[in-house]
Amino acid sequence: MEMRAAYAECLAEMMANDRHVVVLDADLAKASGTRKLYERFPGQMFDCGVAEQNMASIAAGLASYGFTPWIESFTPFATRRICDQVAISIAYAGMNVKIVGTDPGISAELNGGTHMSMEDIGVMRSIPGMVIVEPVDEVQLRAAMPAIQAYRGPLYLRLFRKETPAVFKAGYAFDLMKADLLREGRDLSIFVSGLPTADTLEAARTLAEEGIEAEVINVHTIKPIDRETVIRSAKKTGCVLTVENHNIIGGLHSAVAEALAADPVPAFALGIPDRFGEVGKLPYLKKVMGLTPENIVRRAKAALAAKE
Amino acid sequence: MNPSLKQHCLDIRCDTLRAIGHLGVGHIGGCLSVIELLTVLYFEAMNIDPAQPKMPGRDRFICSKGHAGPAVYAALANRGFFPKEMLLTLNQGGTDLPSHCDMNRTPGIDMTTGSLGQGFSCAVGAALGSKLEGDGAVIYTLIGDGESQEGQIWEAAMFAAAKHLDHLIAFTDYNKLQIDDTVAKVNDIAPLADKWKAFGWNVIDVVDGNDLAAVSAAVDRARANTGSGRPTMVILNTKKGCGVPAVEAMGAGNHNCPFTEAEADEAIRALREAFAREEAGNGGKEA
Repeated sequence: MEMRAAYAECLAEMMANDRHVVVLDADLAKASGTRKLYERFPGQMFDCGVAEQNMASIAAGLASYGFTPWIESFTPFATRRICDQVAISIAYAGMNVKIVGTDPGISAELNGGTHMSMEDIGVMRSIPGMVIVEPVDEVQLRAAMPAIQAYRGPLYLRLFRKETPAVFKAGYAFDLMKADLLREGRDLSIFVSGLPTADTLEAARTLAEEGIEAEVINVHTIKPIDRETVIRSAKKTGCVLTVENHNIIGGLHSAVAEALAADPVPAFALGIPDRFGEVGKLPYLKKVMGLTPENIVRRAKAALAAKE
Repeated sequence: MNPSLKQHCLDIRCDTLRAIGHLGVGHIGGCLSVIELLTVLYFEAMNIDPAQPKMPGRDRFICSKGHAGPAVYAALANRGFFPKEMLLTLNQGGTDLPSHCDMNRTPGIDMTTGSLGQGFSCAVGAALGSKLEGDGAVIYTLIGDGESQEGQIWEAAMFAAAKHLDHLIAFTDYNKLQIDDTVAKVNDIAPLADKWKAFGWNVIDVVDGNDLAAVSAAVDRARANTGSGRPTMVILNTKKGCGVPAVEAMGAGNHNCPFTEAEADEAIRALREAFAREEAGNGGKEA
């Protein structure tokens, strides 16, 4: 199932259970997978039209009235375009608003550079009190949604919206504040979020064939980062690689490096190399940005070399 | 209009001057221009209870021009939301009365505002919330004329009309001045009434927005528009710095300027004397 379909099912369940759960769109309900919910929940779904700033502040007004608004747009418009509304109307005012950005990074594919957010995590991470969650697959998303709804305060959900390879198995237990160990290893720690997670696991298998045991940890919550897990794994293996569908500045790499800064472990970055996006399908864009299993293997070996 | 409003209006203006004078600097011009409106809202129009600042179903006032915070605080203190002595903590470190309104700090403040344009959208969101709850509340909001240059104002204006939020009553403090110069010279917003009409709002134009009786009558008319299917904009043609001739004379310079305790004392004395003369039937001009 597409991620957006699972997301919409979860929202529908929450709206059916609680009339104070409301969803706001800025003319991208179809893209977010929620358009069909308008008929079922006419009093809980509001399309603000192409006016994201207004949507964000209206959500704050609704939150002041006791509602839990979820606002939706593409990642660049849910973050950098409305940064001040998110910072002031929502975060500074302490409003319980869920901000959903779809099509993160290169997953915007044919919409190209204008619609590719390489900086959204950096923008949101520097806003005080903002929680940032990026689910990997349908199982993790479905497990995360109730925890996100239950969390009170501003939260950014970075949502890949199409089909994605399964990483987590049924019965997976989600903890909003704890990173997930996907693979144990002793030689290096790879911290990964979102889209590149499956490719990172493939890279780890390749490394294992060469006798290199990589520990792979999925950091679904990038802020607040699970420092305990990050530091424990890094200390155990002695070197780190981060893999992310985001600029290597401001995102997962920055969060991991900050966690390790007091007692450093060599930490290498793999992500969008401080550049804008361009049009293309995912296989092309992964190649252009270096987010392929082969390149993850190469960067992992570079990290290992730094340790030795 | 309730005759006691005049006294409340005088007290709110004087307490605003006292608080800003005590600090020595503040957004004095745009505070003094809206004192009559705040008096009418807090002492006549709004269904509120100072003992229960978060009372469900209460009417709300969202001061989107958040820099008028000091005037709102003076109105709240006079209405009994907190002791008047607290007004002298304005903008001191650790205060609960910051320059711009903060709903998490100040009893009676309904929204955190200060980044221009946003509070107006928040008010639209609150009006939508009120409609969904069916609580019968009226949502009042105040924007500045300079603030009306923000694109977000017009995004929200369009949405409020499209969703028929007729229990939303907005006011523009049309004092014709902004930080850099006159509004007309910087980036003119005229014809303002035509713009709001074109956006699908009822419009009430108040020729003198510092005339207490005229403001009271306009708020009554705006409240009668509930049920019209359209939100209402009340344009208050005001004087920035109203009530203190020296501040009025500064023009655009009075947006945020030094104002000493001695100046406050003098202004308060003059206002109270003029008020006493008027009350005594000497025909003095009311504050």
